[in-house]
Amino acid sequence: MHATKILNLLWVFALLSLVAVGGGTAVLPEMRRILVGHFHWLSDKQFREIYSIGQIAPGPNMLMVLVIGYRLAGALGAVVVGLAFFIPDCFITFFVNRVWKHFEGSPWRTAIQRGMAPVAIGLMLSGTYTVAKISIVDFVTGLIAVAVFAILYFRHVNPALLIIIGGVITLFVRGW
Amino acid sequence: MSEAAGPTTSPAPATPRQAVSLVSLFKVFLTIGAISFGGGVVAYLREYIVRGEQWMDDEEFLDSLEIGQTLPGLIAVNLSVIIGDRIRGAAGAIAAAVGILLPGTVVVMTAGILYLGNRQNPAVNHFLGGVAAAAVGLLTAVALQLGHKQLVHLRDFLLVMATFVAISLLHQSLIIVILVVGPVAVLLYHPTTHKSGEPKPPRTREPIRLAGHR
Repeated sequence: MHATKILNLLWVFALLSLVAVGGGTAVLPEMRRILVGHFHWLSDKQFREIYSIGQIAPGPNMLMVLVIGYRLAGALGAVVVGLAFFIPDCFITFFVNRVWKHFEGSPWRTAIQRGMAPVAIGLMLSGTYTVAKISIVDFVTGLIAVAVFAILYFRHVNPALLIIIGGVITLFVRGW
Repeated sequence: MSEAAGPTTSPAPATPRQAVSLVSLFKVFLTIGAISFGGGVVAYLREYIVRGEQWMDDEEFLDSLEIGQTLPGLIAVNLSVIIGDRIRGAAGAIAAAVGILLPGTVVVMTAGILYLGNRQNPAVNHFLGGVAAAAVGLLTAVALQLGHKQLVHLRDFLLVMATFVAISLLHQSLIIVILVVGPVAVLLYHPTTHKSGEPKPPRTREPIRLAGHR
């Protein structure tokens, strides 16, 4: 049972790693579909809360996958998820970067870069939509999302500050 | 300006790369990994690698970024691997990737274990609920700012729409969408398929400014 879960975690996160086009947000819909919808390993509430943990830590927010691994299969789960999610991409990037300059001026190289950019933005919007669906649950959370968007879109403010303020506001509005 | 370079295509960095020790490389990435709260790690990387340490000029940084965000994976990690490799080879790539991920790993695991022990606590639920809502605002702002820079043609918008509709409204698997939309997107940009000889758009991959440094 436990070994099966570890193996499932391994292939799920390795697969997500390979399709993370345009960054980590891109895989959130698929991650939720698999973890919440298919395996029922997490509820939407847990998925949302673990995602939030990633938001308050420094470095890439998607490090929150480690907490998912830990929640589902303990320390070994965290290690397996971490390796599965990060190692394949590091290898791909390392080797492709080294051969990339040999394709300087190749129409295919330009086509890949230009073509995948809008796909990446579409995926990023889909990831955003997934987080919105599970986190905007009432007037207050809706207002926080809109306010944070407006502030960041028009002003240069540290997003980490707004993220924390968003949490504190909700905490006070809904009570301890 | 890069074509002025000699036999090698990369422009001469301000600091000779052999002079950069693995330890100082690791320390810089560790620092960025520890202070880059609120996402926007790419902007921190640019600040430290290009402006601070001057291990790379902006041209090469943006070139690396273009590769890093085209390939699958987290952009900050991909970019760290590329920068580390260009400065100190394979060992540099490992040092950079470990450095950028280590502080966040420690914080996220500490916070995660604390959370899992208190996940029935309403205060914890409320706080994290607000954090997720705020993150929606942040993600939307990032996506729109990227869109402003990168979406030029009608077909760009069509590809964004097709991708979004397939994933979010039709609930198609990401793997299927990438296998179908990806090749279509690449073919749409291959010069033999649209042969209009339109000017290459300017470099569109300026890192977005959403980072709180300075």
